[in-house]
Parts: sequence; C-alpha cells; structure tokens
Amino acid sequence: MNTFSSSSSPLCVLLVLLVPLAPIGLALLNAGLNRSRSAAQALLGSLCVMALAAVAYCVAGWSLEGFAGTASHTVSLGGVSWNWIAARPLFLRGVQWTAPEACAAALQVFAVGLLALIPWGSGADRWRLGSGCAATVLLAGFIYPLFAHWVWGGGWLAQLGPAFHLGRGFMDPGGAATIQMLGGLMALVVVWILGPRRGKFPENSPPAAIPAHNIVFVLFGCMIALVGWSALNAAAAILFAGADPAALPRTVVNTMLSACGGLLAALLVTRLRFGKPDASLCANGAIAGLAASSAVAALVSPPAALFTGVVAGALLPLIIEFLEVRCRLDDPSGGIVVHGFAGLWGLLVSGFLAPAPAGQFVAQLVGIATLVGLMLPLVYLLCALLNRVAPFRTHPEGERIGMDLHELGAGAYPEFVTHSDEFLPR
Amino acid sequence: MKLAGLSLLLSGWILVLFALVLLPSPAERAAFVVAALAVEGLGLALELRAHRDGAGERP
Repeated sequence: MNTFSSSSSPLCVLLVLLVPLAPIGLALLNAGLNRSRSAAQALLGSLCVMALAAVAYCVAGWSLEGFAGTASHTVSLGGVSWNWIAARPLFLRGVQWTAPEACAAALQVFAVGLLALIPWGSGADRWRLGSGCAATVLLAGFIYPLFAHWVWGGGWLAQLGPAFHLGRGFMDPGGAATIQMLGGLMALVVVWILGPRRGKFPENSPPAAIPAHNIVFVLFGCMIALVGWSALNAAAAILFAGADPAALPRTVVNTMLSACGGLLAALLVTRLRFGKPDASLCANGAIAGLAASSAVAALVSPPAALFTGVVAGALLPLIIEFLEVRCRLDDPSGGIVVHGFAGLWGLLVSGFLAPAPAGQFVAQLVGIATLVGLMLPLVYLLCALLNRVAPFRTHPEGERIGMDLHELGAGAYPEFVTHSDEFLPR
Repeated sequence: MKLAGLSLLLSGWILVLFALVLLPSPAERAAFVVAALAVEGLGLALELRAHRDGAGERP
C-alpha cells in the first residue's frame, strides 16, 4: 500500500539530493579502473553521459514512462489489458510538481545517469565519445523509460499480481532490474559490439591483465557510491514500493549490510584465489552488494540482506574470470557482472525471501525473462543499428595513443612522464 | 549463430507470455516460465559463444 503523504515529500527531496553521489562514485570508480591514457576521456564522457541522460529523460523519457495511475496506452490480449507505455506530454509537461510523481521524476533524472554510466565504463579505452553519447540518448530516452514504465509506471509487469495472481507483481523497489540489470545487459551489448581492447587477448596465450591506473579513485568512488545508493534505495522504496518512511532505517541498514557482505566476500575469495586481496575486485564486490541490495533492501530482514551481498561478492571474481577467460569478454569496469549479475541475483532473492503472496517468485522470473528475452535483443538491435550510423569503436590510432590524446588533444596527467631508464640502477 | 541466439532469447520471452495467458494453473505456469528461461539461457549461451569466436585481435 502506498503511504506517500505530504510529509514524505521533503524527505524524498532530501534523499533525491543525495542520489547523485551514486553516479559520481561510479564515474570515479570507472575512471580509476581505466588506463591513465584514457582517464580524462572517461571522466569527461561520464559527465557528458550523465548530462545527456538527464536531458533525454526529461525531453522524451518521462512521457514514455509516466507514473502509476497516470495516462497510458493499453492493448488487450488473452482477455487481459496490458499496460505497455505511458501517454504523457513531452518535456515534462503536465507533471504535478507537488505530487509524488515530481519526486519520481527528480529521482530518475539522476538514476538514468547511473544507468548510462554502466555501459560507458564497460566500453572504456575504445568507445568513441560521440557514439557513447548517442547510445545514451537512446538508452535514457527510449529503452529505460519503456522498461521502467512496466515496472514503476503501473505497467504490465507491475500488474502481474492483480492480473495473474502472481504475488504483488514484479517487485523492484530500488532499481535492481530497471537500473542495474538493464545497465548490465547494455554493457554486455556494448562489449560485444566494441570487441576487446588491443592486446587483451593475444594469440595462443591467456588474456593479458590491464590493471587499473588509479586504485585510490576506485576505492574512493566506491565509498561515495555507498552514500548515494542508500539514498537511492530509500527514495525509490517510498516512491515505487509504497514503503513507510518510518521503516527507512531498515532499508539503509540493509543497503549497508549488503555492500559490506559483498566487499568482505570478494576480499576473502580473492585472498584465497590469488594469495592477496585484489583491491579493484573488492571495490567491485561492494558495488555488486549495492546493486543486489536495490532489489532486497526495502523488503527483507538484515540477515537476508547480508546473505544477498555475501553471495553477490563471492561469485563476482569467479564470474568475471569466467567471462574474461572462457567467453573472451573484455569488460574493464566489470559492469556486466557487477550490475547485471548482481541485480539478477537480488531479484531472485527478493522473490524467495520477501514477504508476499504466493506466486511472487514466478513474478520475479517473468520480470527477469523480460529483461533477458526482450530487452537484451532490443538493446542489441538498436545498438547494432546505431553502430552502423555512428561507429562505436575508435580508430586503431586512438587506442594506441590513448583516448585522451586522440579525442581531447591532451592527457589527464600532462606532467606524468615515464622515462624507461629512470628506474634502472645507475 | 548470433541471429539464432537472439531468436532463442525472443522465443523464450514469447513462451513466458503464452504461459501467462494460456495456462491457468499456477504450477503449470511456473513450470512453463522456468522452461522459457531455459530457452533464454540457451540463447544467451549461443550468443556468448558466437561473440567469443569472433573476438580475436583487431588490426
């Protein structure tokens, strides 16, 4: 039951003001995981991607997504009415700025930025800025609103409960599906289209390790994201899951516990696997815990949230290794696993452990099947078409000299010059 | 192979829709949805394999 009242509005606004820390943290993390010769392009690209995502969402996205209970288009199939897209005017016209829908719009202006940063990080070191921006417009202006309407805008996935007696319908209180998993799938498509970085998969040898250039950025970005994610989960729980604002402390505690579980599990697994803890995988473990928490934080008990994070963080290094070695996927930020897999895991856990009427797990499976079976091919098709018009992959020379010099004309660290004989004994 | 993978993904989702519309029994519906997810898993595996085979070094 939605308990949004006039007193919830200031709280929501306050939480929304903290949400940008999630994309900022992720941008910093992505830039740190990148090579130094592409760091400026990565961070400038993050800003551009967030800006374009916000603009595209406000221009067209909101009109396609809408809010539960507002005007929408439906089709009738099998005697059931399927609410598939909103029917709101463009440019945020018609939004009631004092109603919950205004808070929802404000929240998602930042949430689409977070979503768009996931594929941007996965395409690092080889994705042109221009085509990255074009893909972002597509993502924030059409793909995200379409799916978000089905889940958060009163669409057919949200209606699985009343229409088909599947629990409370597809539940995604913090964006594990609409933001994390969709972003992870888009990252997978981008990695497929771009192909690996030069030198990543040499002939007849194992994949080359291309280490993060600034692990301080990575870890600090992870810490900043923790604050933004807590706010995102809390605000989304009020707006989209009808959570009681008085119960928000549990959501925040669960978010923190899931992130902690993810971090510590990744630390332990990398310690056992490689002999020493891997800092970048530990940071990604924490982010995986956060991504999974988006599905469960508002719904389950603290031990269940900790369990969710621990499993997400423990599996993360293993799946990243599997995708890199066996599937030859070059994903510098790990976005496919960190957001895609962890979001999927969180959605499954919420189907099992969240208190809901019978059929909830099947509802969660239907939502996951829609993401994988419909959204993934749709994203692939649209990105492949876009790739024909605006090629994703940069010129080989750009990869050789780095994206900073190639696209921006200057490096991120102009005074940072390495002399090959500097460290040799004299 | 890429096209086959994408077709399987889409087929899995269509199976889910059919399960929702045509099957009234919760158990049958759940079984059909799980089967549809397995079809999608097959499509994803095929797609991963297709891209792996084409993921060699670029000039």
